[in-house]
Amino acid sequence: MAIEILMPALSPTMEEGTLAKWLVKEGDVVKSGQILAEIETDKATMEFEAVDEGIVGKLLIAEGTAGVKVNTPIAVLVEEGESADAAPAAKVPAAAPVAAAPAPVAVAAAPVAVVSKASADWPEGTPMKTMTVREALREAMSEEMRSTPEVFIMGEEVGEYQGAYKISQGMLDEFGEKRVIDTPITEHGFTGIAVGAAFGGLRPIVEYMTFNFAMQAIDQIINSAAKTLYMSGGQMGCPIVFRGANGAAARVGAQHSQDYAAWYAMVPGLKVVMPYSAADAKGLLKQAIRDNNPVIFLENEILYGRSFEVPDLPDFTIPFGKARIWREGSDVTIVSFGIGMQYALEAADILAKDGISAEVIDLRTLRPIDYDTVLASVMKTNRCVTVEEGWPVGAIGNHLSAEIMMKAFDYLDAPVINCTGKDVPMPYAANLEKLALVTTAEVVEAVKSVCYR
Amino acid sequence: MAARKTTEKSNSSKDDLLHYYREMLLIRRFEEKAGQLYGMGLIGGFCHLYIGQEAVVVGLEAAAEEGDKRITSYRDHGHMLACGMDPKGVMAELTGREGGYSRGKGGSMHMFSKEKHFYGGHGIVGAQVPLGAGLAFADKYLDNKRVTFAYFGDGAANQGQVYEAYNMAELWNLPVIFVIENNQYAMGTSMKRSTKSTSLFGRGLAYGIQGEAVDGMDVQAVRAAGEKAIAVCRAGEGPYILEMMTYRYRGHSMSDPAKYRTREEVQKMRDEKDAIEHVRELLLGGGHATDDDLKEIDKEIKLRVNEAAEFAKDSPEPGLAELWTDIYA
Repeated sequence: MAIEILMPALSPTMEEGTLAKWLVKEGDVVKSGQILAEIETDKATMEFEAVDEGIVGKLLIAEGTAGVKVNTPIAVLVEEGESADAAPAAKVPAAAPVAAAPAPVAVAAAPVAVVSKASADWPEGTPMKTMTVREALREAMSEEMRSTPEVFIMGEEVGEYQGAYKISQGMLDEFGEKRVIDTPITEHGFTGIAVGAAFGGLRPIVEYMTFNFAMQAIDQIINSAAKTLYMSGGQMGCPIVFRGANGAAARVGAQHSQDYAAWYAMVPGLKVVMPYSAADAKGLLKQAIRDNNPVIFLENEILYGRSFEVPDLPDFTIPFGKARIWREGSDVTIVSFGIGMQYALEAADILAKDGISAEVIDLRTLRPIDYDTVLASVMKTNRCVTVEEGWPVGAIGNHLSAEIMMKAFDYLDAPVINCTGKDVPMPYAANLEKLALVTTAEVVEAVKSVCYR
Repeated sequence: MAARKTTEKSNSSKDDLLHYYREMLLIRRFEEKAGQLYGMGLIGGFCHLYIGQEAVVVGLEAAAEEGDKRITSYRDHGHMLACGMDPKGVMAELTGREGGYSRGKGGSMHMFSKEKHFYGGHGIVGAQVPLGAGLAFADKYLDNKRVTFAYFGDGAANQGQVYEAYNMAELWNLPVIFVIENNQYAMGTSMKRSTKSTSLFGRGLAYGIQGEAVDGMDVQAVRAAGEKAIAVCRAGEGPYILEMMTYRYRGHSMSDPAKYRTREEVQKMRDEKDAIEHVRELLLGGGHATDDDLKEIDKEIKLRVNEAAEFAKDSPEPGLAELWTDIYA
């Protein structure tokens, strides 16, 4: 019986890829384990092996085709004497539970178009280019490394492997192994070494494969990096950037899915950045590398491949402590940051159709935090909903709610609602994971609730 | 002090011996004074005295050159004095005053001096070891031929991050000397109650790091070992481990009654191994100094320490605005 070969998912967050090259042709006899094709994801080129044996009846997708969705049939294997047309197309969904991958990801960079002039970070008329968050991060680091010899990057797989998430792709070639340093798997140790190097006059960028692993090193981050300037009476600072993927990816389970925004935002001496767009990723990372303090730079794996418009300027930075108003509105203020912005913006679109005008604010940095922009907005709309992926106890939203209560109590027409991740470790099962994360529907519901609709 | 072999010949010059004597005595008198001020309530919190271990820092500082770096744990007063930091500034930090090295915001455990290349003063056991390797990383990156002394105790030697630092220091040939001040007690837990692998420098061999155990009560032996380790590191063949066999006479901190060892054990070390007495005998026995000469030095040191104590008492507490400064650069 004919077997359809489907486009495989080759990473937890992969939704589509490029069929770079076929290594078999129609009529070839294929053994299980044989390499059929090379498939390019946004992170790497992977070899794709046959599971079943048979004869290649038909190649359904030509090599070089980009944007092939996961689970699309790409070829048909037949038995001796069988026709390729016999493939049972109807079987596809059943064979592919992977298709139920994280739904929110599908909604791509659509909101980019509604950039508000009110918080533009570059002059009007600046030419823009489209790039992914991944490319923006890489450009930021490379530009800063070109201009400042003391800047270097260290971390697991940043060099020869080209980055576990391909953020540092190509950087080893350009800057050499003196400045693009592969470390052993030893977060506690290399974080301490990087902090010491910063004391010694360098400006390290430490990449954590994910911030989950930085918990091994959190003593060095907080006790050594954040506090030394104070403990030394201002003598000894620590110019360093700790960056990497933060928050839930997709289906990677409890130990690899956690948002550290509120953890680090609590610590005086640290600066904390959590960008959503590629432009912010670039401008804020450049700013972080130039900052003379330890900066926690929280990225998101799901956003790495997302494209946004980025100003095409030789040098552009975004100051810390300045929120961006993505969308102006009059009925309610939605405050978010990082990937939470996706839910906030989606919710705003849906609410607009129901006649509710939401103002959407991206905090961008959590330390310092731009209270003024939030308060001014709440004083205008009289209602507020916060959105974040982290846990509900001690959340950034809790803090903002308190601040709003203290400084704008008389302006509020409804209690502030915090939309957060659920108060549980991240489950693996697809349906439970979806339930554990904050959703657009929850944001819509919260807004309707504060609007008494 | 009859027990020491007074016939021992010194390979040090008169000037060197006098220098060792002065430096070690300064640390001891300073620490005694700190203990006194603690008792009077002028010093608060934790206060870890270095008495007994003086030969380690004085010997290694004698081997170091300008620009070399040092970093240590919370038992740090001796290191600061030995690298030339002002006793007044150190004592005033102990009393939490404006005139202290950290303007009163660091305390006994957290002092720094960029000028003297002293990088703290760290309170989390073992954390200074990767930090020290990082200082050496910077020196290697900047190609400035400096070495870093990363001091830690036998207690810290059981922390995992020490071995993470060993691994990378050897992998990258960092110019760092790991100085294990093995005073035999991690707070109240003796070596034999905390590990069966009692050769601490020997653990470095597993990572390919050369090292040796040194009589840390003998300042000349310490200096000689330090010079060897420095030469290895400056030649680009670091790191190196020096396990200094030493002893602290006082408790872990001022609040430690030290019930985990006998009074006799401490007395025996004082009688037989005291580093300052050793140099005193070399000076007297070698005809380099008379009793009167040494008394004169004693007086001079006492005066310096008293001045430091007076300064530390008179210096005002930091202004209240200091609470909010130095959080961000």
